[in-house]
Amino acid sequence: MTDSKLKKITVALAGNPNSGKTSVFNMLTGASHHVANYPGTTVETVQGTCTHGDFRIVFVDLPGAYGLTAFSAEELVARNFIIDEKPDIVVNVIDTSNIERNLYLTTQLIELGVPLVLAFNMSDVAEQRGIVFDTARLSELLEAPIVPTVASKTKGRIALLDAIVAVANASRKPRTHRITYSDEIENTLNQIEPLVRSEQPALAVKYGSHWVALKLIEQDSDIIAKIKDSRLIDVVSDAVAKLKTIFRDDPEVIIAERRYGFISGACQESVKTTVELTHTTSDLADAVLTHRVFGLPIFLLMMYLVFYLTFSIAAYPMAWLEQFFGWLSSSLAFIWPAHAGSWMRSLTIDGVIPGVGGVLVFLPNILILFLAIAILEDSGYMARAAFIMDKLMHKIGLHGKSFIPMLIGFGCSVPAIMATRILENKRNRLTTIMILPLMSCGARLTIYGLLIPAFFPKNWRGPVLWLIYLTGIVLAVIAAKVLRLTVFRGDTTDFVMELPPYRVPTFKSLSTHTWMRCLMYLKKAGTIILAFSIILWAAMNYPRVSDQSVAGLSSDQIRQAQLANSVVGRVGQAIEPAIKPLGFDWKIGTALIGATAAKELFVSQLGIIYAVSSHDDSSATTLRQHLQADYSPLVGFCIMLFCLISSPCLATVAITRSETSSWFWAAFQFVSLTVLAYIITFAVYQIGSLIMAL
Amino acid sequence: METTITRPLSQVAEGQTVNIIRIDGGRGLRVRLTTMGLLPNTQVTVIHNGRSGPFVISVKNSKMALGRGVVDKIMVS
Repeated sequence: MTDSKLKKITVALAGNPNSGKTSVFNMLTGASHHVANYPGTTVETVQGTCTHGDFRIVFVDLPGAYGLTAFSAEELVARNFIIDEKPDIVVNVIDTSNIERNLYLTTQLIELGVPLVLAFNMSDVAEQRGIVFDTARLSELLEAPIVPTVASKTKGRIALLDAIVAVANASRKPRTHRITYSDEIENTLNQIEPLVRSEQPALAVKYGSHWVALKLIEQDSDIIAKIKDSRLIDVVSDAVAKLKTIFRDDPEVIIAERRYGFISGACQESVKTTVELTHTTSDLADAVLTHRVFGLPIFLLMMYLVFYLTFSIAAYPMAWLEQFFGWLSSSLAFIWPAHAGSWMRSLTIDGVIPGVGGVLVFLPNILILFLAIAILEDSGYMARAAFIMDKLMHKIGLHGKSFIPMLIGFGCSVPAIMATRILENKRNRLTTIMILPLMSCGARLTIYGLLIPAFFPKNWRGPVLWLIYLTGIVLAVIAAKVLRLTVFRGDTTDFVMELPPYRVPTFKSLSTHTWMRCLMYLKKAGTIILAFSIILWAAMNYPRVSDQSVAGLSSDQIRQAQLANSVVGRVGQAIEPAIKPLGFDWKIGTALIGATAAKELFVSQLGIIYAVSSHDDSSATTLRQHLQADYSPLVGFCIMLFCLISSPCLATVAITRSETSSWFWAAFQFVSLTVLAYIITFAVYQIGSLIMAL
Repeated sequence: METTITRPLSQVAEGQTVNIIRIDGGRGLRVRLTTMGLLPNTQVTVIHNGRSGPFVISVKNSKMALGRGVVDKIMVS
């Protein structure tokens, strides 16, 4: 690197959700982003760099947080990053039009004692609202430089970088004043601080004894967990109990009140509002968009638009991609003679190319979906959408926003699981991910499309399809409720959400968000999907049938013999006794295993098993005739039911693994859904058979 | 001390401005509300109070939606 002479500094960006923190980050770093995980967590961080003066500055975008408590995962991540990674400077992005609430985080950063630079973002909005700042005075009170910015219009970039460099060059001096609390709390602090220093010297050095003492009085679970010394804990709990009786409230509420007191004191001296504040445009928009009658239809229309764009528009590039990879396979098959290194050829043509294609084919979906989500989020509508759906979703223990991924799930589980990123709460997010495969995806429609006409008369077809979809939804609702009462139990469904003012999203922010998501998908899920495809290819092609045994057979018959002889075929035959109570035989078993790669493969797998050539248009009709001859409509229904509920496809497993950063949840989802499918199909088949026998 | 009666926020009509007296409920909820600026001695204005579903208030220049379960726990006067 040529810039080895540059001094490197790390700057963390902290700020409330909706403060425009990400815009500031984009403004500072341009396009130089890369994604990493926060040390020791699965939370992703975006980093970017920029060179200014003699400095190479690395910016780390911390999760949006209102404070630095241990109650929220995001806040804890932000706090631990600041404490553990010791960034040289923290830039606190503040929505200037909403200053008092935004400064609450600032008070906590001040208490952490980090070198601060305050970016007063959206200063144009504040100006329009007639808010005037005495920045010099406010900067003096908060002991940090203040730089006004309008990140969406790239205003204030140089000034902010200058301020960062100036703070980095300056020698660190201790703050001249800190927030003082009421006498009772100060006395308690004075009592606990020396104890922290003597009993927990390591903590005192790392966090500062004052801060540890304050957090102990606030009953901060993360800090309390770090203290092994029972004497200190006893002293603290006595002190907290005493404070509780004095204030008739928890000390942390009193402390928070004092912080807000400090803020309003500082603002009284330095912030003047010349115009009476009105939310006019936003209020007007809310009157319509969250209207008790029109709100829901508007929301459903918006969702329909998102769904339509994601799957209808994306269908074209998806078809091109599929065609391209099909063309690639077939032209390679043409150029590459069959005898030359047979397995390499098969691996490339039947394994790698379709595997890479299988990864890329989702990209148009993901790109459009995340563009749509970025527009919904940046414009401020997402918060309203959550608000509108919350009443309904709350009943099944989910957040209002869970509705969006669930809807996307009808198209495809892969982008839907990625869409759960809009859920901040981990338990809500995991519950939503777990139940998402029950939303019957587009790939499964091809299975219904084959089976329903094979087994049901014309006027039954619609209702049967409807029944399948409805079964999925009902099961998802029940599963969500059960999960929230068992595995993901917790008092987290209280709905508290800021409704940010409506804003016009900027092109830069939209493109950055969308690009990051696509990259993340390719990097994290893409590799797993590819690996799975190749493993499944091997399982379907090995062991090979000997050339003598298939001599004289047609190519369709050879494929049939090969599949029956392969690992997948053998497993299909081996599990026949287990799936017999569901009405399935080894043929269905084999097709089901083959379909774990992608649900729509079930159809082509059955085609191979019945030695129906997949190249002509009449193949579906021929296949239906075979199925009609072999199975009853009840079995046909059971197959659909099993395909609906059971083992999500490998792409879903891969995306669940990458989004939860845990093989455990991916396996949990796979196994529990398959078990559920077994139980339900078993019950339906057995009861159905009894009724039929009557 | 209080001249007006203390009641849950859920019973305040749209357009009225009230003062938070205390927040009942678990520590998790209280800390969350406190960080977001909803704490005793704060003025809030009710913007939307439908009979059911979330509830919209204005506090310290920002708008917030609160679930039914939450507004029942915020005591105001």
